[in-house]
Amino acid sequence: MSDRWVAVLSGGLSHEREVSLRSGRRLSAALRSADVTVTEWDADGRLLDRLQHERPDAVVIALHGGEGENGAIQSILDMLGVPYVGTDPRACRRAWDKPTAKAEIARAGLTTPDWVVLPHSTFRELGAQAVLDALVAKLGLPLMLKPDQGGSALGARVVREAAELPSAMVGALSYGDTVLVEQFIEGTEVAIGVLDGTGGPEALPAVRIEAADGVYDYAARYTAGLTSYQAPAELDAETATRAGELAVAAHRLLGLRDVSRTDAIVDRHGTVHFLEVNVSPGLTETSLLPMAIDAADRSLGTTFAELIERAIARRH
Amino acid sequence: MSDQGTQPSDTDPTAPDPQAQQEQASSGRQTSVYNLDAHTRRYAQRTAGMTASEIRALFSVASRPEVVSLAGGMPNLAALPLDSLGEEIARLVSTDGQAALQYGSAQGVPQLREQICEIMSLEGIDAHPDDVMVTVGSQMAMDLVTRVFVDPGDVVLAEGPSFVGALGSFAAYQADIVHVAMDSDGLQPEALRQTIDEVTRQGKRIKFLYTIPNFHNPAGVTLATERRAEVLDICARHGIMVLEDNPYGLLGFDGQTYPALRASDPDNVVYLGSFSKVFASGLRVGWVLAPHAVREKLVLAAESATLCPPTLNQMIVSRYLSTHDWQGQIKVFQEQYRERRDAMLGALEQHMPAGCDWTHPEGGFYVWFTAPEGVDAKAMLPRAVTQRVAYASGTGFYSGEFGNRQMRLSFCYPTPERIHEGVRRLANTITEELDLVHTFGSADRRPMTGPQAPSPDTA
Repeated sequence: MSDRWVAVLSGGLSHEREVSLRSGRRLSAALRSADVTVTEWDADGRLLDRLQHERPDAVVIALHGGEGENGAIQSILDMLGVPYVGTDPRACRRAWDKPTAKAEIARAGLTTPDWVVLPHSTFRELGAQAVLDALVAKLGLPLMLKPDQGGSALGARVVREAAELPSAMVGALSYGDTVLVEQFIEGTEVAIGVLDGTGGPEALPAVRIEAADGVYDYAARYTAGLTSYQAPAELDAETATRAGELAVAAHRLLGLRDVSRTDAIVDRHGTVHFLEVNVSPGLTETSLLPMAIDAADRSLGTTFAELIERAIARRH
Repeated sequence: MSDQGTQPSDTDPTAPDPQAQQEQASSGRQTSVYNLDAHTRRYAQRTAGMTASEIRALFSVASRPEVVSLAGGMPNLAALPLDSLGEEIARLVSTDGQAALQYGSAQGVPQLREQICEIMSLEGIDAHPDDVMVTVGSQMAMDLVTRVFVDPGDVVLAEGPSFVGALGSFAAYQADIVHVAMDSDGLQPEALRQTIDEVTRQGKRIKFLYTIPNFHNPAGVTLATERRAEVLDICARHGIMVLEDNPYGLLGFDGQTYPALRASDPDNVVYLGSFSKVFASGLRVGWVLAPHAVREKLVLAAESATLCPPTLNQMIVSRYLSTHDWQGQIKVFQEQYRERRDAMLGALEQHMPAGCDWTHPEGGFYVWFTAPEGVDAKAMLPRAVTQRVAYASGTGFYSGEFGNRQMRLSFCYPTPERIHEGVRRLANTITEELDLVHTFGSADRRPMTGPQAPSPDTA
């Protein structure tokens, strides 16, 4: 494993550039400690040339919130024949678009909060208030609003009263043209990492998230100390199993590869609700997947070094 | 469920907390509680606002060439004579290295302090080098003045909006910042009177007025000459010191200067100057001119903060002033910034939708822009980033929830062509946002935590 040379891609031009740069730095350090030679590249105008001429053994994508998650970079890597860790472009697209992922999950009979997806134009053309009233009538309150694509809770907001809806809509629609409105499920927030191994996809221990003031927003995610985490989450055995099964099912149903992270809520009855799945999970100092890997008594560096070997083996 | 998750640990923040009770989780593994900062409970109260910031994270894209950044405040150093400067610095180290690389006095290199007095005389200040203290940028002077004067809860008056770095210093010493309104002629004397009366009625103690009289950051306006005596008089009569911050005074686009407040009231004005905008911001050389007794306290405070300002950097500035045509260089800067200001004002005129308003600076780096009713500039920033343009939203320049419709547009760093393109993209952004606001009849006024203005190295 020690003579591999990989390029870690981070940065990019998405709203999550800053988070991605942090993920890239941490992952690179972890890989170096696992004796992998690492180059850190931004996804910019030089990338194609570098990939073609420098030919790293493999690429690890630590881009969040745009080209690194919607399959675009993966398409480029496929076209160039460069091995990479992670999901192929078509499956990326399914996971990236939250409503598409939810629809697949629901179709398979798994639980996900009831939802409606609407573009800005519908509100404009049919009248915002009437549409908002219909939303509340259908889904009730509280509601979770988020952009239909993207991560790090950017533009996401819990709405507890109908009067807050218009301004929350403006907030979510500042990040994109379409908003995903979901029933907000009260409960325990958990994240479940999934890693592909020789025996197929396997769930890592669930991580439970406890934000200091109950809202796991951008500041709560990236200010160390504001949020505390339990891993493995204290769930009864049956619930823990179901959470793991849900994450593995999402990974399989959507055709994900190597690594994914499913975010879910466990309600007071112990039902595990699928929220979304991420093909390029955060790897920062405050991110969930590295904690899950640690809780499984594995190291971030060797885990990704193994995924790199899998990626290279796929090419041969 | 256990509530152990809320218990911070005292150990390596990356490791599971061994002091927390470990329970057997369902998976058969021991549950670990990860609190990622073992020091959470130890921080001083003044760190309350020091959190990760959704807004600041968006500025990360400003470094990418695809994005036109109107957000930063970096001076344009392209015109500096780097070759001759390099030779001068080499000579300085080889001939005077023993002094240049050694500790110096906390007050600063004497020769530089004399030169600083000559520079200040351009704006009517008659000062003695003994009353000048060199600082690591005027930001350090701001910190030291606040340290020396402000107890927690004391009121500091500042223009609204005001320089974000100053507000940060005041907040770090737990000052109560109260804003005073401005108009196109700068700080309004009547508003100053009213604010003083109001604060005094509340039984609070006002320590000083912080003001940027020339080519204001971020407002882009200049305090009218006829208002200057009045502002000084109001402060003197109410026993309020004036902290005059003048980094842009020599950057009037027509070479015009204004009489410094310090020039007519040496006893009640503490004056801050800087080489960051007229020479090189990376050297971090600024200064404070203060009445004798204040200066003595500042020197002691400076010793405990940094021992002394960097000697090499001070000597580089001093050599530059004595061997280069620094006034000619300032003229070059003035012309460049005027060209960029013209590009920005022209583009704003050409592209902005109805309902926008902006200032017309005669010097400095910034236009203060007001978006149409209903737009929240802070909430709009993600949309701007999608359009590949960045700006600093107005809320960062106030203490408290003001400046929602405002933004600071800087023209100092991008080329005129890029400025034009950036303004065009911003106009599209505003038009889209207005469409959204018209649909929902409301702007997103969600409070956001953490710093909202860009860091100093933002393009």
